[in-house]
Amino acid sequence: MPNRSFFWFFFPAGLAMILFIGLPIISTGIQSFYAQHDQILIEVKKCDPFGCKTSVVVDQEATSKIKEEKPLGKFNGFGTYIDRNHLASDQVSEFWSESKSVGEFIGKVGNLPFYKALVFTLTYCVIVTPCVLLLGFIIALSLNAISRKIRGPLIFGTILPMIVTPLVGSLVLFWMIDAEGIIGANLQILMDDPYLSVKSSKALTWITIIIYGVWHHSPFAFVVFYAALQTVPQEPLEASIIDGASRFQRVKHIVLPHIYPVVTFVALISLMDNFRVFEPIIGFSAEGSAQSLSWLIYDNLVNEEVILFGSAAATSIMTIVGISIILTPVLLRTWKEFRTNR
Amino acid sequence: MKKILVTLLFLLFSTVANADCNIKSGSINILANDFPALRTLVETAKECKGSADFKVTHSAEHNKIAVPALTANPSEFSVRVAANSSIVPLMNADLIRPMNDLVKKYGKGIQESQLITIDGKVMAVAFMANTQHLYVRTDVLKENGIAIPKTYEEVVAAAEKIRAAGKMKYPYAAAYKAGWNLAEEFVNMYIGHGGEFFKDGGAQPNINNAKGVATLNMLKKLADLSNPDYLTHDSEAIKVEWESGNVAIMTLWASRSGTLLDDEGDANITAATKLVAPATVGGGNIPAATLWWDGFTLAKNRSDADAEASFRAMAHAASSKEMVAKAADQAVWLVEGFVPGPKSVGVIEAVKMGAKPYPMLPQMGLMHGALGSEIVEFLQGNESAEQALKDVEAAYITKAKEQGFL
Repeated sequence: MPNRSFFWFFFPAGLAMILFIGLPIISTGIQSFYAQHDQILIEVKKCDPFGCKTSVVVDQEATSKIKEEKPLGKFNGFGTYIDRNHLASDQVSEFWSESKSVGEFIGKVGNLPFYKALVFTLTYCVIVTPCVLLLGFIIALSLNAISRKIRGPLIFGTILPMIVTPLVGSLVLFWMIDAEGIIGANLQILMDDPYLSVKSSKALTWITIIIYGVWHHSPFAFVVFYAALQTVPQEPLEASIIDGASRFQRVKHIVLPHIYPVVTFVALISLMDNFRVFEPIIGFSAEGSAQSLSWLIYDNLVNEEVILFGSAAATSIMTIVGISIILTPVLLRTWKEFRTNR
Repeated sequence: MKKILVTLLFLLFSTVANADCNIKSGSINILANDFPALRTLVETAKECKGSADFKVTHSAEHNKIAVPALTANPSEFSVRVAANSSIVPLMNADLIRPMNDLVKKYGKGIQESQLITIDGKVMAVAFMANTQHLYVRTDVLKENGIAIPKTYEEVVAAAEKIRAAGKMKYPYAAAYKAGWNLAEEFVNMYIGHGGEFFKDGGAQPNINNAKGVATLNMLKKLADLSNPDYLTHDSEAIKVEWESGNVAIMTLWASRSGTLLDDEGDANITAATKLVAPATVGGGNIPAATLWWDGFTLAKNRSDADAEASFRAMAHAASSKEMVAKAADQAVWLVEGFVPGPKSVGVIEAVKMGAKPYPMLPQMGLMHGALGSEIVEFLQGNESAEQALKDVEAAYITKAKEQGFL
């Protein structure tokens, strides 16, 4: 396609992207460098049905004057990025000097909110993505080998986890693992521990969320792989059967290389999706045991009575950076292939 | 037949009320939490809407929408029904208007004690009081020869005895859901120990001390006597536990008693449920509970006509003697003419015992938020009490710096 027509084809989508994705990201970036103005507090008499007492309130007159002059707030540079609730540079170096072993250091750093969330997010990403790829591929292969008569209903059944709203899907599992739910109660009997709770144990909560993640995302991988399998040419497959190749060898040497670009695509999308894991944490009420980067942003924006825009913006920007870092190897590889193909 | 009669009476009253208010213009849009007493109040306000537009949003997520919705100009809502804690972010951001002149002009039935004044400016009009207090199952206590507990130490002993008797696995319940609810339990228990959240009136935190440690240890003792899923249980979840007969002693909001004691569910449990005073802790003489008021505020970013219409409708409800007579068991109304019933015991005892109101400070929301997430690991047994309190203070300081309080 000539560059000129490509430009006009791409223009509407590009414009929408700049307006609705690009500009908000820039605005988020700018926001992350600002903190609130210093609060001007004054002592006043407060009365309510339970009596009167003197305490502080924010002085609105003085505050509104400052706000009018500088509506964005106080310039903070990278202050928000390196504070304790984010990268915590001071705390990390302090822990490093006072810790006697690497284990102690890691334990202390893992207790900081940002790193706590990062550890969960990465664990989730690293476990769920390969599982989704593998499971999706196995399901696609098996369904592809099944008689056409029953394939339709089976495919529908397989993609059901993706059709179910994430929140509903996680709530169903949430109730099943309740201490009085079918899984929770049976686990208590099985382990002979009446105080066992899947929801209050950190490890079990993580496992539950990861299993849920695999369950929810596999259908996507399956659908794409299944479509790709339809394009595998029959001739080399037949030839390899005549040559005596086993089923495994056929998959390894013919099917996989053929659908390789699709695997890269699914891996990319899964990685991005998994890095932003959020709904299951809300669905499972797992805030106590598992926090992700996306959840931190949500927490800063809605869970507190005071909205922390600067904190939320800083975490957002770092999430974007995190996704770019994770995607770099895959993107580099695709770029190389693209170059060699030309 | 009785129903028809009641409806007729209701209609009669409402027509009278309509004539009372005589609102000719403006629009009224209310944002409120969702529990029976607030629904009653809003219905009463609607009676006198006259020819004004009337809309209402009842939502348990009201805290999350309030600030953004009132920041818009004109704001989405003209009235926000708030409480001690949720009025603070509105005042911090200057989103609600003083209503002294409206009170003078239209607030005839409102009592002086209902007015929430900040430096002389009426920022809210309260209509009900709330607190968290104990609920006990008299049948279970009697069976095990236990007197009604007055302190949390007695609650622990009683719950241990019930568990040892093999009667219940998890005899105690409170809303320990990680986040706002758990932090609220800490606030109650810390105040019960006589703690102060901030150093001498400033914004420096002051919880990493012996009282804080005692508070956490008591929360942990109670948590160990609760359903192991306690970190996911909010008020609604423990209400369900109670109604299924799994719990003998519970700390719950007074405002929840209405739905707890209604005709739904096991009649035996309902009959044996008794509302008693909040407990004290650690030898203190004030209850480990905070007093709350619920009241209405008026949005600043709304026209004066809307504010006037809204005030008149809400003031009608907040001074309605018919309403408090009809809905006497839904809440502890602060409205004139309210006769306290058996369901008001908790709040009235709390006031008598000198319970403190929830601190209405601009930086308290940040402390509450930090508590809700940082003490979880202690309850899970992964962290010492001192470390947890240190984490709370550190998380609070970081947020307070970003917000300009430190």
